[in-house]
Amino acid sequence: MKPFTYARPTSVAEAVRDVAAEPGAVFLAGGTNLVDQLKLGVARPDLVVDVRRLTSREITDSDGGGLRLGAATTNSEVAADRRVRERYPVLAQALLAGATGQLRNQATTGGNPLQRTRCVYFQDVTTPCNKRDPGSGCSAVGGYTRYHAVLGVEPVQPDPDAPGTCIATHPSDMAVALAALDAQVQVLGPDGARTVPFPDLHRLPGDDPSRDTVLAHGELITAIDLPALPPGTRSGYRKVRDRASYAFALVSVAATLDVADGVVDDVRIALGGVAHKPWRAARAEEALRGRPATVGSFRLAAEAELVDAAPQPGIDDGNGFKVPLLARTLVATLRDLTPGD
Amino acid sequence: MTDLLEPRAMGQSLVRRDGEAKVRGTATYAYETPVPAPAYAHPVQATVARGRVTGMDTAAAETMDGVLVVLTPFTAERLASTEDWEYAVLQTDEVAFRGQLVGVVVAETSEVARQAADTVRVTYDEQSHDAVLSADRDDLYAPEQVNAGHPTDTAEGDVAAAMATAEVRLEQTYETAMYHNNPLEPHATTALWDAAGDGFLTLWDSTQGVHPARAAVSEVFGLDEEQVRVVCPYVGGGFGSKGTPHANLVLVTLAARALPGRAVKLALTRQQMFSLAGYRTPTIQQVHLAADRTGRLRAIAIDVVEQTSRVKEFAEQTGVPTRMMYAAPNRRTTHRLAALDVPIPSWMRAPGECPGMFGPEVALDELAETLGMDPVQLRIVNEPEVDPDSGKPWSSRHLVECLREGAERFGWDSRGPGRRREGHWFVGYGVASSVYPTMRQATSTATVRFEDGRYVAEIGAADLGTGAWTVLPQIAADALGVDVGDVDVRIGDTRYPTASVAGGSSGTNTWGSAVVQAAREFRGKFGNDPRDGDEATGNVDQAAMDEDHAAYAFGAQFVEARVHADTGEIRVPRLSGVFAAGRIINPRTARSQFIGGMTMGLSMALHENSVWDPRMGQVANHDLAEYHIAVNADVGDVQAHWLDEHDPYVNVMGSKGIGEIGITGTAAAVVNAVHHATGVRVRSLPVTLDKVLPGLP
Repeated sequence: MKPFTYARPTSVAEAVRDVAAEPGAVFLAGGTNLVDQLKLGVARPDLVVDVRRLTSREITDSDGGGLRLGAATTNSEVAADRRVRERYPVLAQALLAGATGQLRNQATTGGNPLQRTRCVYFQDVTTPCNKRDPGSGCSAVGGYTRYHAVLGVEPVQPDPDAPGTCIATHPSDMAVALAALDAQVQVLGPDGARTVPFPDLHRLPGDDPSRDTVLAHGELITAIDLPALPPGTRSGYRKVRDRASYAFALVSVAATLDVADGVVDDVRIALGGVAHKPWRAARAEEALRGRPATVGSFRLAAEAELVDAAPQPGIDDGNGFKVPLLARTLVATLRDLTPGD
Repeated sequence: MTDLLEPRAMGQSLVRRDGEAKVRGTATYAYETPVPAPAYAHPVQATVARGRVTGMDTAAAETMDGVLVVLTPFTAERLASTEDWEYAVLQTDEVAFRGQLVGVVVAETSEVARQAADTVRVTYDEQSHDAVLSADRDDLYAPEQVNAGHPTDTAEGDVAAAMATAEVRLEQTYETAMYHNNPLEPHATTALWDAAGDGFLTLWDSTQGVHPARAAVSEVFGLDEEQVRVVCPYVGGGFGSKGTPHANLVLVTLAARALPGRAVKLALTRQQMFSLAGYRTPTIQQVHLAADRTGRLRAIAIDVVEQTSRVKEFAEQTGVPTRMMYAAPNRRTTHRLAALDVPIPSWMRAPGECPGMFGPEVALDELAETLGMDPVQLRIVNEPEVDPDSGKPWSSRHLVECLREGAERFGWDSRGPGRRREGHWFVGYGVASSVYPTMRQATSTATVRFEDGRYVAEIGAADLGTGAWTVLPQIAADALGVDVGDVDVRIGDTRYPTASVAGGSSGTNTWGSAVVQAAREFRGKFGNDPRDGDEATGNVDQAAMDEDHAAYAFGAQFVEARVHADTGEIRVPRLSGVFAAGRIINPRTARSQFIGGMTMGLSMALHENSVWDPRMGQVANHDLAEYHIAVNADVGDVQAHWLDEHDPYVNVMGSKGIGEIGITGTAAAVVNAVHHATGVRVRSLPVTLDKVLPGLP
């Protein structure tokens, strides 16, 4: 581990100023991911600014039936909140599908979406990785791709030596639910406050895989707002993983579904474990709106979403299995949310 | 035939003597050994898989505050013996695998040591490496022998002819993955050379054998064994990876030698353990079965291909259980190795039997399906009267009884012929046999002494969490004819008499035999009314040793597997084993051993897989977040039962060894259950959802 300076400022504004002023500064909240990265040498900050006690640790009702989650609320607290469980089952389920009890007690609402990929090559400083060491290449292409992307991969078979190549996935379960819920992220930065729609928070690798999100250096998440869902909407999270607990998703599906008279009125779907960001399945949603809420429709919607899927060859037969797995999981999740099923 | 010791303390379910200290956190493990002002070592590892180190820039490390010593292949002292490549640490510029030790930094704190090690710049003359195991390689070779001294190949009759004329035949290839032992406690040592310069060395080391560790270190450093003390009261698991010392022990001893009088500590990180602490080779098993319509085998053969390191051979004896499990007039087993630019494989729980009871036990299930026969019955009809390998009668063999009782307890009769669905889950049952040889090591000595009104047995044995602290007093008490509460044992230190390695499920058999000898010597010399300080010694080689029987423990494992109809996720809610393993000395610690082995077998079946990245020559998923072992949620109802087996041939306790049998056969039973649930036959471990998904409706 590289030595760093640890600071515990007394206000959010001060914390933002401290980080903005130092290019090698990072925020520390629950630390469940950052501390690992410090030990592994993946993160090598000069200054660590602890914001754990600065942002709100409250869950409050907002106008119109929504909720505001303070950035310092823990994953356990949010998952256990009765309002969250009643109004946003998809979020409670996603939180409880993530990590372990110990980690959920420590991880925060603000920090969870900002955790970084667990790509084995990103985490191993002796291997090339464009995300960790820009321009060094991507070791995952043609390597161990089981936990890697099949959506949003450009080109379909990326060049491992190109500086923009990254086929890593975002590891958070919570973030997949927040993407489906159209959550709004409250951000404070050196230039003031702004709101970022959750589906826009994370980015695809583009030409800079080192950047996971659209947040600028020094910007801090202070709260996440959950808008109210239309009355009668059902929501749920289905995570498929290699062991029954304490494993990242091979694929996951977060969905909200509002069916009226057997027809899909409103549907929102986000997919996890399959892209560089929580993947909002816009094509599937489009294909479903106004269609009968049947397994046949769900299958067509899954096909529409996966038409551009790019399975990545690699060790142990690569990750091509994720495409049919994702289709089956999406169909099953929507089926189970359909009333009368 | 031996007059078995009359069990009084033996057979009692006594609590672990070391349990309270462990629960309270007061049990001292190697790295925690309290020593004044310890220094800390951190290794530098090669980042190429083959080549030569051409230079090491250590300037930044050496000038860092708190750094005490930096050693490289160019600066480290020459060792007395470099015969064993694994122990020839920092003796050559040659790199034989990625992750190999090429340097070490010693500093005032572990943090500084690690930071300084990160700054060491190594340059290489990199050569292309070869790290792909395949059965098609043209350079496979037959080792002189395989692990534990078994012959490489065996043959009887004519397998090819039997296959050609058989009514039913099966030829399939099965694969087990690369596995890493991953004990909870990493490989860790506190090393201290005497400041007086008289070459006395103390090692507090996490090891499965203090005396074997002392022997290895003494040879490497050219010391008399009396100059070295190895201490290890507690071990946080080893599973074979601490059975022989690895390079880390030589490295920390070298590092400490540079700082005489100052203790140096080294604990490998989890990531480092994936290249330095041994592992189980992946295996490719071609299995051949020929049978008549009644299921009686006409031929059984296994041809094994596996890997070893280019610089040190380890040949897993995967084909060995096929030599003795079932009757068949025509038989063949072979082992071929590929010597690759890979880390050095070594022992992992039930070497040989663990992978070797996968392919054949799945093949039998496939044969049963072809025959339309109950797989339990297929095993029963192939029960051999004598050991097919040696021709000797069995000391005791109750596989059939294990199968029958296991089937009864499990409710095997309710198994239908095909796929059964409950809600979103397909449900299936599977069975496989288990086996492990009953071993006793050649060397072990115990002392029994009367001290302050109590009996004390001393032997340098190791307790890996298995129960030696608890069962040795039970054996000693019965041998002395006293209450177990009146007996103390002292183990885990080379100051006590020589003990064999805790390996091959032989610890209790070997050390117990020595303890009984010592107790009998003691009673013979001093009668039943000894005086304080009276002492007698006994050796295992004085104990009766039966050469006329083939001695094995047997078992049968039954599995219920559930496969999710939507996603192919596999869960195992029930795992039930019945074992015949001689006398069980302590049911409480024995149950732990059995269900621990079974759980590890379940983990091997569903999860464990050291994902080998041949491009860079390393395990890609080298930590416990990505190398999955079964977690609590994966483990449902695991039951271990045993038969009351009386075996008068194995040793005076009548015990067979229970540390390893639980992991044998489990993975085959799981795969067989998944096949029953889904119709999908997975022949390559682990059985994961992507492998069954294409076969689901």
